[in-house]
Amino acid sequence: MSSNHQSVSEPISYMANIKERYNSLGYKPYRWYHAEEPPALTPLKKPLSACRVGVLSTSGAYAIGQVAYFYKDDTSIREIPKDTPTENIHFSHITENYLVNPRKDPNCIFPIDALREAERDGTIGELAPSLLSCMGGVYSQRRIREETIPELHARYRAQAVDTVLLVPM
Amino acid sequence: MEEAGIPTIVYGSARDILVAGRPPRAVFTDYPLGHSVGRPFDQQNQRDIVRAGLDALTSITEPGTILDLPHTWDELGAWKTTENNDVADTRSPRGDEPVYQVESDRIAAEGG
Repeated sequence: MSSNHQSVSEPISYMANIKERYNSLGYKPYRWYHAEEPPALTPLKKPLSACRVGVLSTSGAYAIGQVAYFYKDDTSIREIPKDTPTENIHFSHITENYLVNPRKDPNCIFPIDALREAERDGTIGELAPSLLSCMGGVYSQRRIREETIPELHARYRAQAVDTVLLVPM
Repeated sequence: MEEAGIPTIVYGSARDILVAGRPPRAVFTDYPLGHSVGRPFDQQNQRDIVRAGLDALTSITEPGTILDLPHTWDELGAWKTTENNDVADTRSPRGDEPVYQVESDRIAAEGG
């Protein structure tokens, strides 16, 4: 119902659809994040084949044995060791409807096999010891800014990564 | 991250949200949400997308560039039509307790 203006050749207008849906439900408008500043861009300092590569997935991935996410603004982070068997990567995210395929093959949203392969064949120097994960369905931009982002910075500094791949869901 | 000296690449499947967020570099794959780095059980496809992003780390030099990858989910874009995409944004209740994919994960986490 919300995609009735959708052209099949154009990308889906998620923001307009959610605005429409919230409006029809009588909710307050969803406050989308709009970057105010133009992005900074830092070049890679060495060839990719010499880089330690970090990953952030906002899909709510966790490894079996770890605590899953809760759905009310969980700002916490999991570290998934890079040698975790792929089938031991599970997901909890407030929009569970997008997890149907990732729960069959985590690589749809958590690129661990492709990156292990890139490490093996030398395309990247190495994968960081663990891939980081959080549950992206947090409604408080303030808590993301004040809690999640500083914690991610600290973890990536500790991992001494040269670059980070960001994989939103 | 970039201001702290760490280059990044975003792998996105929601183009309008990418544009609003203005990341330094991004690759866009026009797939249903939940597949930002590929189709299930399609290793070649997953490899192509992941490596396109790795390449973009060096090839993108203009801040804010979004590189549109050529992959299509289905030939006619039928997945975008109302009847196939009506589950979009169906949110679970917001609670304070962890939600495990399967009950045995709870036991593994609590008993561990």
